[in-house]
Amino acid sequence: MQVAKDPLPGATFDELALPLFDQLYNFARWLTQDTAEADDLVQETYTKALRGFSSFQQGTNFRAWMYRILRNSFLSSRTGLKTTVAFDEEQQEPEKDASTPESLLIEQANREMVQQALTELPVHFREILLLCEVEEMSYQEIADTLAIPVGTVMSRLSRARKALRELLRQKLQGGRHGV
Amino acid sequence: MACDAWREKLDAYLDGELASADAAELGAHMRTCGSCAADALERVQLKRSVAAAGKRFEPSAELRAKITKIAGTKPQRQSSWGWRMLLLPAMLVIILSVGVDFYMSRESSRRARVYGELADLHVTTLASANPVDVISTDQHTVKPWFEGKIPFTFNLPELQGTDFTLAGGRVTYLEQTPGAQLIYHIRKHEISVFIFQDRDGMGRTASEPNHAFSFTMEGWTQNGLRYYVVGDVGAEDVKALSKLFRDVG
Repeated sequence: MQVAKDPLPGATFDELALPLFDQLYNFARWLTQDTAEADDLVQETYTKALRGFSSFQQGTNFRAWMYRILRNSFLSSRTGLKTTVAFDEEQQEPEKDASTPESLLIEQANREMVQQALTELPVHFREILLLCEVEEMSYQEIADTLAIPVGTVMSRLSRARKALRELLRQKLQGGRHGV
Repeated sequence: MACDAWREKLDAYLDGELASADAAELGAHMRTCGSCAADALERVQLKRSVAAAGKRFEPSAELRAKITKIAGTKPQRQSSWGWRMLLLPAMLVIILSVGVDFYMSRESSRRARVYGELADLHVTTLASANPVDVISTDQHTVKPWFEGKIPFTFNLPELQGTDFTLAGGRVTYLEQTPGAQLIYHIRKHEISVFIFQDRDGMGRTASEPNHAFSFTMEGWTQNGLRYYVVGDVGAEDVKALSKLFRDVG
């Protein structure tokens, strides 16, 4: 059998990689927060991935592999270096203000508000929320993409969600009191 | 287990990452614990908000053209025309399946989760010492029993002239939504019929009987209600029972 090194017998790079284009672009824009940079990042990702395709291992996850290339390219870019420098896995969680029930809170938060809050989150929180909720990746896939253990995926996700809730709470209460 | 311990598992539960035994236990806990159920609902709302808000940016046509060109650059592997002609049918199948897979992955992963949960519910019900809360073979007893317990009503089919018998029913929950579960017997096999109010994201596509999770399942939406038929029987039986429900639904 000659298929051992192919991700799918006979499947070419474009057959596997092009269907991911729209999602990868969305993710790139969320990371870079800039159209031109996102364009460059996606191009760089496809170029690198094509070059490395022959070394891609069958049985590993192609989608996670593509996202990992994109993310590593971002992290080594100027914007990436600037935005991710100070991330501390064990940082203090924000104090929880329990004055508004959460269900009420989330219901009031409209799409723009959630988008704004996501933009303001530290990039490590933003990306893991996007991979989980938008890309619907499994914990293992997220772990493969971010090159971290599954346990860290769970704890980081939990902190990211808390931070997002807290940001939404601040926005809603700030808006209500006219601050 | 105390609520605090359950809440630590809630995220994994809602992300579809909790082992099925734990998930079944947590599901059972939430049926009796309003505050954990409310917490779960809040988390689901946050998940949905992020999913909706996160789909935001679309690439330009120019970038698409560029990437298509980059990706289409011939890879290092060379193969002769003879090989290509041989591989053509296989490649077509792969192109189609990969394309369709990616297109369908979001909907189908959701559907797989819903079907997985239904299979769990079916199994846990059968394993339970009291599989049904209302024990009756009479649909005119079972139907009124649900009044006030679930936020909708439904019709049950007449079974005269069929091999099916009604065993009873119970209130169940799928993704924090209450619904009815009816147990039917046929030739010593059990079939569950689940009925919920239809709402977004419940794996809405109508499906032919399929064999996910070693059960035969069929699902469809009718008059605002979402039906699922699940059992360890052949596709014909599931189809026949589904048809009886469709005719009265």
